[in-house]
Amino acid sequence: MIRYSTDPVAVTASNWGWRHAGRSRFAVRKLDLDIQPGERVLLLGASGAGKSTLLAALAGVLGNDDEGEQEGSLLLDGGSPASRRGRAGLVLQDPDSQVVLARVGDEVAFGAENLAVPRAEIWKRVHRALDDVGLDVPLDRSTSALSGGQKQRLALASVLAMQPGLLLLDEPTANLDPQGVIEVRDAVVRVLERTAATLVVVEHRVEVWANVVDRVVVLGPDGGILADGTPAEVLGEEAARRSLAGAGVWVPGWKPEVEGHLPGTAGDPLLSTRGLAVARTRRGAEVLTGVDLELSAASALSIVGPNGAGKSTLALTLAGLLKPRRGRVTAEALLECGAGADPARWRSAELVQRIGTVFQEPEHQFLTSTVADELEFGPRRVTREPESSFRPRTSDLAERLRLVHLLTANPFTLSGGEKRRLSVATMLATSPDILVLDEPTFGQDAVTWAELVGLLRGLVSGGGCVVSVTHDADFTEALGNRILDVRAGGVVQRGTP
Amino acid sequence: MSSDLLTPSLAGNSVLIRANPLSKLFAAVVITGVVMLSIDWVSAAVALTFEILLMPLLGISMRGLLLRAWPLLIAALVAAYGTALLAEKTGAVLLHVGPVLFTEGSVAAGIAIGLRGLALALPGIFLAVSTDPTDLADALAQKLHAPHRFVLGALAAVRLVGLLVEQWQTLGLARHARGAGAEGNALVRTRNFLGQAFGLIVQAIRRATRLAVAMEARGFGAAERTWARKSTFSPVDAWVAAVGLGIAAGAATAAVLAGTWTFLLS
Amino acid sequence: MATIKTLPGNRSRSLEWRVVDIVVASVIAVAVGVVFFAWSAGYSLISGITAAFPPIGGLYVGGWLIAGVLGGLIIRKPGAAIYCEVLAAIVSMALGTQWGLLVILSGAIQGLGAELVFLLFLYRRWNLGVALLAGLGAGLALAISENILYNALWAVDWQLLYVLFAAISGVGIAGALSWLAMRGLAKTGVLSSFAAGRTADV
Repeated sequence: MIRYSTDPVAVTASNWGWRHAGRSRFAVRKLDLDIQPGERVLLLGASGAGKSTLLAALAGVLGNDDEGEQEGSLLLDGGSPASRRGRAGLVLQDPDSQVVLARVGDEVAFGAENLAVPRAEIWKRVHRALDDVGLDVPLDRSTSALSGGQKQRLALASVLAMQPGLLLLDEPTANLDPQGVIEVRDAVVRVLERTAATLVVVEHRVEVWANVVDRVVVLGPDGGILADGTPAEVLGEEAARRSLAGAGVWVPGWKPEVEGHLPGTAGDPLLSTRGLAVARTRRGAEVLTGVDLELSAASALSIVGPNGAGKSTLALTLAGLLKPRRGRVTAEALLECGAGADPARWRSAELVQRIGTVFQEPEHQFLTSTVADELEFGPRRVTREPESSFRPRTSDLAERLRLVHLLTANPFTLSGGEKRRLSVATMLATSPDILVLDEPTFGQDAVTWAELVGLLRGLVSGGGCVVSVTHDADFTEALGNRILDVRAGGVVQRGTP
Repeated sequence: MSSDLLTPSLAGNSVLIRANPLSKLFAAVVITGVVMLSIDWVSAAVALTFEILLMPLLGISMRGLLLRAWPLLIAALVAAYGTALLAEKTGAVLLHVGPVLFTEGSVAAGIAIGLRGLALALPGIFLAVSTDPTDLADALAQKLHAPHRFVLGALAAVRLVGLLVEQWQTLGLARHARGAGAEGNALVRTRNFLGQAFGLIVQAIRRATRLAVAMEARGFGAAERTWARKSTFSPVDAWVAAVGLGIAAGAATAAVLAGTWTFLLS
Repeated sequence: MATIKTLPGNRSRSLEWRVVDIVVASVIAVAVGVVFFAWSAGYSLISGITAAFPPIGGLYVGGWLIAGVLGGLIIRKPGAAIYCEVLAAIVSMALGTQWGLLVILSGAIQGLGAELVFLLFLYRRWNLGVALLAGLGAGLALAISENILYNALWAVDWQLLYVLFAAISGVGIAGALSWLAMRGLAKTGVLSSFAAGRTADV
């Protein structure tokens, strides 16, 4: 077995804190933490507890006095993180925004180049790192042609080529499908076996890492540390479990409680497809063919299947946003109400009253500069009535989705969970009969998850139709397990409508 | 894969693929420079003729060129028409309809501008279809000693062109779903367009900020760095540079001998 | 790490480029290039009008100049306007192809027009007036260089008309829209790494 000549790094934080420039509140404060060389730490805490800030600080990328104010000290092997360039390697959450270069080999070499490693040594490291993460692709393969899981393993390999003594993983699997999660977790385990590097990982889904780490540290929402111990100690104790669950952490063996029930039988048909083939662009390849399905009132359908099988494209076509490549999407009289049978031909204002679509990235759908305007945008588009006609509905939505205290805030400044809630609320503001959601639970903490599922159940029992593209088995189950399984160009239906 | 919009479309073993990007850049710059400096039909026509004659050797087919660069022909025609319309009206009147007046002098000027437009554009196209941005960046930083932080920053951004184009399309769908589709009168459409553009720039800056963190975390930004791939020159590069110089010199000489050379600032 | 040295207590910001400045400037340039490409592709009607009477095209060129003015307003470092405009020009050359290598020279000249205005205010003032002036500078630089490089054979009157239109377009589109975009971006929080996103003078 090859072992890298890397000495694991020790981390020492003494009363450390950091306030980003322009913010009044400290992101992290009063942190005292010692991590021994080679320790494997899972870092937990509510969103906003400063986990990502701490990782960025350990990676030495928080910046200088211009970017914020530091308290106390944070040291890697007794020196400042900035002075330990290359000792810490950071992998971030979003697979797409950490790829620097166009070819796999160059990407892995990039870090070593920046550390001025000699050329011959760089290529040895590149091969070893790719081997360690199990990424068996040619060096000149395009980085944009990789799957999400492959991209995250590439990011890991890119970091390994610097031979760091401290691995920092910031929610590395939050944006991946289940297959990708396992790929990345296993790659990390293999790497740790070979390098003995110190590990600090942040992740909401605890069970992925509970067996990999030997210590769990929970950051408090107002600074300091809430809990610190072995996984069994921290996750086994009832009080700790409850407080973690309350903070939105996915504690193993626990499922968030969801309100609401699903109706037993579906209602009248709203939309049907016949021999449907879908493609992302007008001239692009058909990704999925022969889809025959029916969407009814008071029902929920989950579209599942591997990445790249065409789930999202199908959902966008059902939502009237993409034209069918072949076959038909037909809106029934109950749904179309005079707009015509083909949803792809509806004008925007007609569409929002009939089919709503919640995109995976909430920011793609923000149109205004305050949450209040955002909620009222749709209703204003479809009615000439005064505000008093839709105010009750938007106010009610703001209340139910806990957005009232944010009404004057800029939508882009909200937290991830708040953005998700807002993007769903804006779609519900025009009361569409069908709601289509693309990966609604990706990267969400357990609290937001439960709220979302409860809301969707309420919609269905109120007669709505909910169609979700998802990898989340808990979500699918909570919505009644009616599944459209999409794989390799074909579809299989499971579950009873 | 649309994410790789800017990778070279030329394949195989042509001269242009084997040459170092810098020698191609040199050849393109000298030809462009000479054609730019004079506005006359002789220098433009000579340069254009050589450019077209060299295409088989460079591995570029006329069909492939037209498929990619047909807007160029239209742009050249439009430029020629515009100049014929607006140039000093000398010589005999060829056409006079209402305010539109074409004379021999103005049409000759238009033809010169059209030919010059084509001769100016082709070297850039040859460079674009045969050059991988990564190789160009390697050459600029290693051989020309351009500041590597800027070269690599630009390279990382250029890789995002395909992703941003995809994101633009996604934004269009996402906004249509909200009730802000590309429909209505020109004013509404323009406002929607600006909103979509703003959305794209927000996403672009978010992505860029994260990318900067990822790059810094991998040690990017220090004064010293090594290069995993060496940018090298070969005898092919001498040929490419010499041919570029030759075409430039030929075009200039022909125009001077024909007495048509008209310096740009004269 | 970006090497920036600011003395403790020194309120003025460093004019040296950090990594995040370089990467964000680069991506802004690329994104503006993509937006303008989409604009050109979707508005063939305008192209028809400008083809019929070319000086009108001057009213349209402000779109080309956004990269430089917006990049300058956000990054606030010497050279940002020129860098963004040049990179946007390279991207549009690669996407569009109907302009040769000269478009890079044009980008540099247009960027310089905006850059000189920012320099005039010593990279310290970033209000609406400066933005409009930067748009004007870029518009004038564009019109004069285009008149020399491409419109050289037009009669002088038409060249002057083109300068006037380009100046209007530079102020109205590049200046005003960039300033509005900068303000809007600051409010979204995406500029939190930049002075543009933190200071009150926006």
